[in-house]
Amino acid sequence: MADPFLSIQNVKKSFGNVAVVKDFNLDVGAGEFVSFLGPSGCGKTTMLRIVAGFEEPSAGKVMIGGKDVTGLKPNQRNIGMVFQAYALFPNLTVAQNIGFGLKVAGMPKAEAQARIAEMLNIIKLPDFGDRYPYQLSGGQQQRIALARALAPKPKLLLLDEPLSALDAKVRISLREEIRSIQKKLGITTIFVTHDQEEALSMSDRIVVMNEGRADQTGTPFEIYNRPSTKFVANFVGTLNVLEGTVSDATTGTVKINAEEIGLKGKLNGSKSGDTLSLALRPEAISLGRRPGNDANLTGQIADVHFLGSVIRVRVGVGQNFVSLDTFNNSSTPPPAVGEKTEISFSSGDVLVLH
Amino acid sequence: MKTGRFWAWLVFGLGTAYFFIPLIATFEFSLRMRRGEYSFDAYRVVLGDSRFQETFAYSVTVAVFTILLGVLLVVPTAYWIRLRMPHLRPVVEFITLLPLVIPAIVIVFGYIRMYGSNSPLPFLGSARGTDALLVIGYATLALPYMYRAVDTGLRTIDVRTLTEAAQILGAGWTTIIARVILPNVLIAVLSGAFLTFAIVIGEFTLASLLNRPAFGPYLQNIGANRAYEPAALAVIAFAITWGCMSVIQILARFAPKSANRPN
Repeated sequence: MADPFLSIQNVKKSFGNVAVVKDFNLDVGAGEFVSFLGPSGCGKTTMLRIVAGFEEPSAGKVMIGGKDVTGLKPNQRNIGMVFQAYALFPNLTVAQNIGFGLKVAGMPKAEAQARIAEMLNIIKLPDFGDRYPYQLSGGQQQRIALARALAPKPKLLLLDEPLSALDAKVRISLREEIRSIQKKLGITTIFVTHDQEEALSMSDRIVVMNEGRADQTGTPFEIYNRPSTKFVANFVGTLNVLEGTVSDATTGTVKINAEEIGLKGKLNGSKSGDTLSLALRPEAISLGRRPGNDANLTGQIADVHFLGSVIRVRVGVGQNFVSLDTFNNSSTPPPAVGEKTEISFSSGDVLVLH
Repeated sequence: MKTGRFWAWLVFGLGTAYFFIPLIATFEFSLRMRRGEYSFDAYRVVLGDSRFQETFAYSVTVAVFTILLGVLLVVPTAYWIRLRMPHLRPVVEFITLLPLVIPAIVIVFGYIRMYGSNSPLPFLGSARGTDALLVIGYATLALPYMYRAVDTGLRTIDVRTLTEAAQILGAGWTTIIARVILPNVLIAVLSGAFLTFAIVIGEFTLASLLNRPAFGPYLQNIGANRAYEPAALAVIAFAITWGCMSVIQILARFAPKSANRPN
C-alpha cells in the first residue's frame, strides 16, 4: 500500500509473561473497512485497544494519517469508537449523548444542534433526541452509540464487537446499516468480531488473528477460498478435512481410503509416503459424479439434515466424514441414511493444509 | 401458616414498640413544660435560644464543609480504585473502616498532640485552623459511610466502559468525573452526604475537646442542666435525621436511569 492511513508496525503487547499480541503489522488505506477476526483470546480486542490508546504497546508503533500516535492519550487521537456494551451515558438524553464529543470539543451550540440532528437522520432515529438510553432497544442504543462516535467527525472508527449483544435479526440489519453509513461517510474503519459471517459480509479486508498474530490478511474472497494456514481454513467457514497419503509424489497422486486422486502441482514438496490433510468446502463437493469433477470417492450416507432449501448430507469416506450441501428438489427425495454413494469434486478446489 | 403469621406480627409489634414507645414518651414529656396542660413551650424555648441558633448554624456550616471534603476525597478515590487499582480495594476498605474501630476520643487526642501550636502544622493555633481540623476529623469519622455509599453507587455502572467512551470522545479526567461519573453516582453521593450531615450534627467528642461551639456540646449542656428542653431537642434531632432519610428516599426517585434499572 503506497500511502496507508493507518499503519500498525511491529506491535507487541504482553501482560506480565503472557504475550497477547506478537509482532503485528497492518496497513489500512483511507476509507477501508478492515475486520479483525479470530476466536476469544486471540488478541484482536487488545490490538484494537492499542489503536484506540487504551493500551500501550510493549513494542512497535501506531501511525494515523502519517503521524505517530503511539504515545498519545485516547482523547488526543480523534478516533471514534463503538463498544460492545453500548456505553451510552445513562444520565444524558440521546441528543446529549451524541453531542457529548461536540461539547467537549467546544463546538458552538447551534452548530452542535445541527450536527446532532444530522446524525439522528443518518441513523434513521430523527425523533429520538429527547429519550434516555433506558427507553431504547439494544439495536437503537447501538445506533445511537454509532452516531455519538461519528458526530465529532473522527479520522478513524473502531468497532469493538458492536453487534455481539444483539439478537440475530437486529444484528443482520444493523451490520448492513453500519456498512452503508461507513461507505457513505468514507471513514476508515476497524471492526473486531469473532463472527465470520459478519466479517465476510462487511469487510473490504479481513485480518484473521490467531494467538496474537495475523495468520492471514486478505479480501473475504481470498480468506474463504484460499486460506493460507490450517487455522484460517478451519476457523472461516465449514471445512471438510480428509487425511490422505502421497502415493506418488512425481505424478501428484494421493491415496484416500484405498482410492486415488490426482493433485498435481498442489503437493508443495511433499514426498511419497507423506501424510496430508486435504480440505474441501461443502459447496465444492457433489453427490454422485459430475462433469468437470476429476476426483471421485465412494462412501456411505451417514446423516441427512433437511434445512428447507438446502439438504446437508454427511458422507462417511473410510475413517473420514465429509459434509456437502445439495439443493432441495421437490421431485427428488433426499438420499437415505446407509445408502452407498459416490462423491466427486474438482482437484482444483482441494486445499492442502500445512 | 396462621401460627407463623401470628409470631411474625408479634415480633413486628414488639420491635415497633421498642422503637416507638421511648420516642413517644420523650415527645410526650417534651410537651409537659406548662403545668397541667400540653404545650410546645419547651420547643419555643429551645428554638428561641440564641445558643441553639448559633451552635446549630455552626454545625450545619461544618457539616457542609465536611461533605464537600468527603466528596472531593472519596469520589475520585473510589473511582480510581474501581478503574485502575481494584487489587487495592480491600486495603482501602480496611482504612475506611478504621474510624469505626478507633474511638473519636483517641483521634482527637492524636490531633491535639500532632497539631498543637508548636507543631509544624499548627491547626490548633487559631480558631479557623481548629475549625479546619474539626472538618477533617468529621470527614474521617464519616469515611466508612461515605466510601461505602459511593462505592455501591459505582458498582451499579460500568465505570471502565463509560470512562473509555468519554475518553475516546475527547474528555479529560475532570470532565469524565464531573459529567459522567458524578451524575451517575449522585444519589449515592447524596446518601453519603446526608449520613455525614447526621453524624456531624450530633457529634460531641471532637467538638467538645477541640472547644468549638458545635451543636453536640450544646445538646449535652442543655441535657445536664434542664428538664424539658433536652426532650424537645431529642425530638428535634430525630426530626432532622428522619428528614435527611426522607430526602435520600425522594432523591433516589430522580436517580439517572439505565437499561438495567429502568424503574
